[in-house]
Amino acid sequence: MTDTSPNPAAELPIKVVARDVTVSYSGKQALHDVSIEIPDRSVTAFIGPSGCGKSTFLRCLNRMNDTIDGAKVGGSLTIDGQEINDKSIDPVVLRASVGMVFQKPNPFPKSIYDNVAYGPRIHGLALTRPELDEIVENALRKAGLWEEVSDRLNHPGTSLSGGQQQRLVIARAIAVNPEVILMDEPCSALDPIATARIEELIDELRENYCIIIVTHSMQQAARVSQQTAFFHMGNLVEYGPTEDIFTNPRDTRTQDYITGRFG
Amino acid sequence: MALSRTAHIVTAYGEELDQLADDLARMGGLVETQLEKAISAVVRRDASVKPDIKAREAQVNALQVDIEKRVLRLFALRQPLATDLRMTISALKIATDLERVGDLAKNIAYRAGDLAGYAPVSLTQQVERLGAIVIKQLREVLDALSSADVEPAVRVWHSDDEVDERYNTLVREMLMSMTEDSGLVGPGVHILFVAKNLERIGDHATNIAEAVHFMVTASPLVEDTSH
Repeated sequence: MTDTSPNPAAELPIKVVARDVTVSYSGKQALHDVSIEIPDRSVTAFIGPSGCGKSTFLRCLNRMNDTIDGAKVGGSLTIDGQEINDKSIDPVVLRASVGMVFQKPNPFPKSIYDNVAYGPRIHGLALTRPELDEIVENALRKAGLWEEVSDRLNHPGTSLSGGQQQRLVIARAIAVNPEVILMDEPCSALDPIATARIEELIDELRENYCIIIVTHSMQQAARVSQQTAFFHMGNLVEYGPTEDIFTNPRDTRTQDYITGRFG
Repeated sequence: MALSRTAHIVTAYGEELDQLADDLARMGGLVETQLEKAISAVVRRDASVKPDIKAREAQVNALQVDIEKRVLRLFALRQPLATDLRMTISALKIATDLERVGDLAKNIAYRAGDLAGYAPVSLTQQVERLGAIVIKQLREVLDALSSADVEPAVRVWHSDDEVDERYNTLVREMLMSMTEDSGLVGPGVHILFVAKNLERIGDHATNIAEAVHFMVTASPLVEDTSH
């Protein structure tokens, strides 16, 4: 591993700390000793070719690898100093504080309202209906969707356009007051306008959340993130301020990848 | 980190960057010849170079337009990053400086025609010496560009002080000569302009050195203020 300066945004508090995180699937190592410190209230992009380990690492952050047979996670991973792989941590509770947005929007086959209310209900965040209404409205507002759906909250979530569905999913994640929001190629199924809306939303959300985004679009990483981490063959190769990574990468592998020279 | 020599996955993209570098090299070569011919014309007080200089000037200008188009196209269609980004932006800056050098060289050559109307004066030797330094600067910085080598670029950058010193000495001596012999005022004025143009070319060579330094290292070449 070369230059992976631990905290490229020194003025922001550190939210996520990984120390020598390894992942193997049925004995095959997918991630090698990844150590990284990710600041709060900013966007960190993970880039790298397919199979480089970026999504594998992202999935460690809300213990989604637990659900994969034969997956083994090693090393230490803390959020706000709390070891998330600790036996005392309930993965379901963890996933409320570490929200996830996937490549394809995956609203529940429920109404727009119930999609957002689902999390707060199961986590008991609202005692009364007006409280729940408020949480739903706030989450939809933060996700920039309220104006578009306030008059049809009982319509199915799946009736929305792709971009709206992705914002609904983000509202659903926000509704349970997450600490960290993970996004795995959240715009790859969206057109450029819907993509721009999501990117604008990400930029607004970073005031309050630690956002980590996996993207195959270098331009998107450059546009939305403050820090960028480059993964290659299961290693974290380089990590630093996004501007530095895209103007002056230190490692030849980063350089070759972002300039389109990779074989 | 040095510029990458690995080929792009998208061949056409790599070719466009190569063409940009080729255009820049060709422009540099033309301007270098332009300057050599201009200085030699002044030394020989030869007015006959004018058409040749004019034709090459047009080629230089056309190349600058071509380079600007290529850079614009690369930004719009390829979004170059890292070394490619630095190379593209530096090419734009260097082309602007080279165009100015070409222009100044043309001015120098035109002065040769004016000097042809006077008897030979020993003052041209001074200009010849200054010209030799400036040509060397330009050649070295163009070599630094084509080999993406920082060291000669830094050397050129530092040698600008020498050009300035020689220029100031030349102006002082010219003033003294012209004060002593008013017959020298006529050719002297032309020689002063030639010297001033050469000094300006030195500044452009310095700019190119800075661009090369940025292109290769990603950091600006700045004055060491410790002394």
